Amino acid sequence: MNSNPVVRSFTIDGIQVSAAEGETILEVARQNDIEIPTLCNLEGISSTGQCRLCMVEVKGTNRLIPSCATVAEEGMEIVTSNERIDKYRRMIVELLFAERNHICAVCVANGHCDLQAMAQKLGVTHIEFDYLHPSFQVDASHPKYEVDHNRCILCGRCVRVCDEIEGAHTRDFRNRGINTLVITDFATPWGESQTCTSCGKCVHVCPTGALAEKGKSVAEMQKRRQFLPYLVMRREGAK
Amino acid sequence: MMQKITIERVTRIEGHARVNIYLDEDGSVADAQVSVTQVRGFEKFVEGRPFYEMPSLTARTCGICPTSHLIAAGKACDQILSVRIPPTAIALRRIMNLGQIIQSHALNFFYLSAPDLLLGMDAPVEKRNIFGLAQKDRQIVQDGIRLRQFGQQVIERLAGKRIHPAWVVPGGVNAPLAPEARETILAEIPEMLGIIRRTLDWYKPGLNQYQEFIRTFANFPSLFLGLVGKDGQLEHYHGRIRIVTPRGSILEDNLDPHDYMNYIGEAVEPWSYLKSPYFKPMGYPDGMYRVGPLARLNIATETGTPLADQELAEFHCLDKGAVLSSFHYHYARLIEILYSIEMIEQLLNDPDILSKNVRATAGVNSLEGVGVSEAPRGTLFHHYKVNEEGLVQWANLIIASGNNNLAMNKGALQVARYYVKADRLQEGMLNRVEAVIRAFDPCLACSTHAVGQMPLVITLHAPDGKVLDTLSRQA
Repeated sequence: MNSNPVVRSFTIDGIQVSAAEGETILEVARQNDIEIPTLCNLEGISSTGQCRLCMVEVKGTNRLIPSCATVAEEGMEIVTSNERIDKYRRMIVELLFAERNHICAVCVANGHCDLQAMAQKLGVTHIEFDYLHPSFQVDASHPKYEVDHNRCILCGRCVRVCDEIEGAHTRDFRNRGINTLVITDFATPWGESQTCTSCGKCVHVCPTGALAEKGKSVAEMQKRRQFLPYLVMRREGAK
Repeated sequence: MMQKITIERVTRIEGHARVNIYLDEDGSVADAQVSVTQVRGFEKFVEGRPFYEMPSLTARTCGICPTSHLIAAGKACDQILSVRIPPTAIALRRIMNLGQIIQSHALNFFYLSAPDLLLGMDAPVEKRNIFGLAQKDRQIVQDGIRLRQFGQQVIERLAGKRIHPAWVVPGGVNAPLAPEARETILAEIPEMLGIIRRTLDWYKPGLNQYQEFIRTFANFPSLFLGLVGKDGQLEHYHGRIRIVTPRGSILEDNLDPHDYMNYIGEAVEPWSYLKSPYFKPMGYPDGMYRVGPLARLNIATETGTPLADQELAEFHCLDKGAVLSSFHYHYARLIEILYSIEMIEQLLNDPDILSKNVRATAGVNSLEGVGVSEAPRGTLFHHYKVNEEGLVQWANLIIASGNNNLAMNKGALQVARYYVKADRLQEGMLNRVEAVIRAFDPCLACSTHAVGQMPLVITLHAPDGKVLDTLSRQA
């Protein structure tokens, strides 16, 4: 903990708030019950600003900034939602739906999916872009879990939880752009991974049906994330 | 050079179809083809998917009978797990299947076919639909809506929702039956029995007025195929395949449904996306068989429920051998609704129906699974091959309606020969061609079209290709 806290005062949507040194805009917003949508962010693992949904406006600059990866500064005037921001957020979600196959109706995570919930929340009713739907093979080589890259939004939660919480760093990204894949080890089938401990944390932090327990039928894959704050607390306590 | 009449699209059926009627030089009907005009590709795009997605994936084949696909897919997946699923799960799946049969049969009889039967084939098209029917006989329409609602609610009360529930899973079902759901369904049974009895009492005495249709609506010898229970009783879930000849005698019995490829072939014709299954030992197209309510009642020795057994005995008296006229699909549907209501009551009265043990779990223990059940429209085959990881490598589906393809074509030809004359095009005669297809209740795609919305265009071509006459009705 910071032994010499310096408090930063600033506003979010006109509300006067304050941040301890090093706290991000997103963290402060959440402390004050101000909601900023995110998909890649998850409390307990680091922020990478990958999904771009938490973009906010800061007075004085036309450029949007990711609130999860921006440390709050004195005097900032933050706007979390307006026509421009909302439009971009909807577009981001639409692009996710347009890129890979996210047909909710036949997905194991239907009804328990962060992407689906986000689309509903943001009022995404149509996809204005052409569907690309590249065809990725499902990797069901692991005895307990499977990965369906067609449902992956490349948020990196699984990569970070494996590295930062489990300490295995089995997962990482490979390729670029639309061909980007989350791989295990050196792109070996998951079932053959030498480093995977089969702990299942990646499965439960995954926001969609990309990572799932084998044998779960459509709409059955409920994610349980209660373990994460507990593990983080234990880790912090050990320091 | 032949002339050609096209009926496009066939209305009040489930899916898209076109009928081509070919006339020879003197204007009489030479041939008729029912072309199913869409391809879905399910067998292809399920490749690579985990097998436990198959019930829900294949259920999307249809919005009317998704639960039939859930059942057949669930059974195929049970085989991949190689488990004996809990008896309560079987009973619950049975109830769901029966609810499905009630709602689908009610849809065909009351919504799609009754307008032809009650208002007449020549009634104006704007009247010949369920709304016109409601003006003429409100009670019948209310009964039909109520029966369909009951069937749908049986599904909903078991599975959580009416259309495309994800309740059937490999190894059983994913939630037990709630006691209050059981009570609610049971409480509605007397009302439903009253409705179907009333409908049968109205329908049966009126059969005389349909003699012409009975004689001409796909009334020809064919085999009849379907599942029967171990004592030859009416069966929609498990059972073995029985095939009956036009004379009503048993040609094959106790065939293992899992070996269907040994005795059922699938021919492909260039003019339709729908394959033509046939009984292999008799070759193509002589191995034509019919499935569905008419076939099931023709092959069943008994139903196993008291009221339906009485009706079955009467039904069997309609013909000397098997009942051959496809017009009697309508009658058979009503008897199956009666049976389903009675059987749902029997199954729900078993105290074990509330057991919490409804799902067996296992991994991939077999690389192949075949699930066969009776859907409202007939015998439904799901056949999957998976790899060791459980990813589908190959799938073959014979959808219930597809089994009737050859018979439907022959039926369309028979009706066209009887009614269609090339020197005049009247909507009424083409209505009869559509109506014979409707009798089979083909579920040709995944959706029901809204009543009266589909355009119908009939074009009469001269031998040189010149359009001689056109009849059209617009959406």
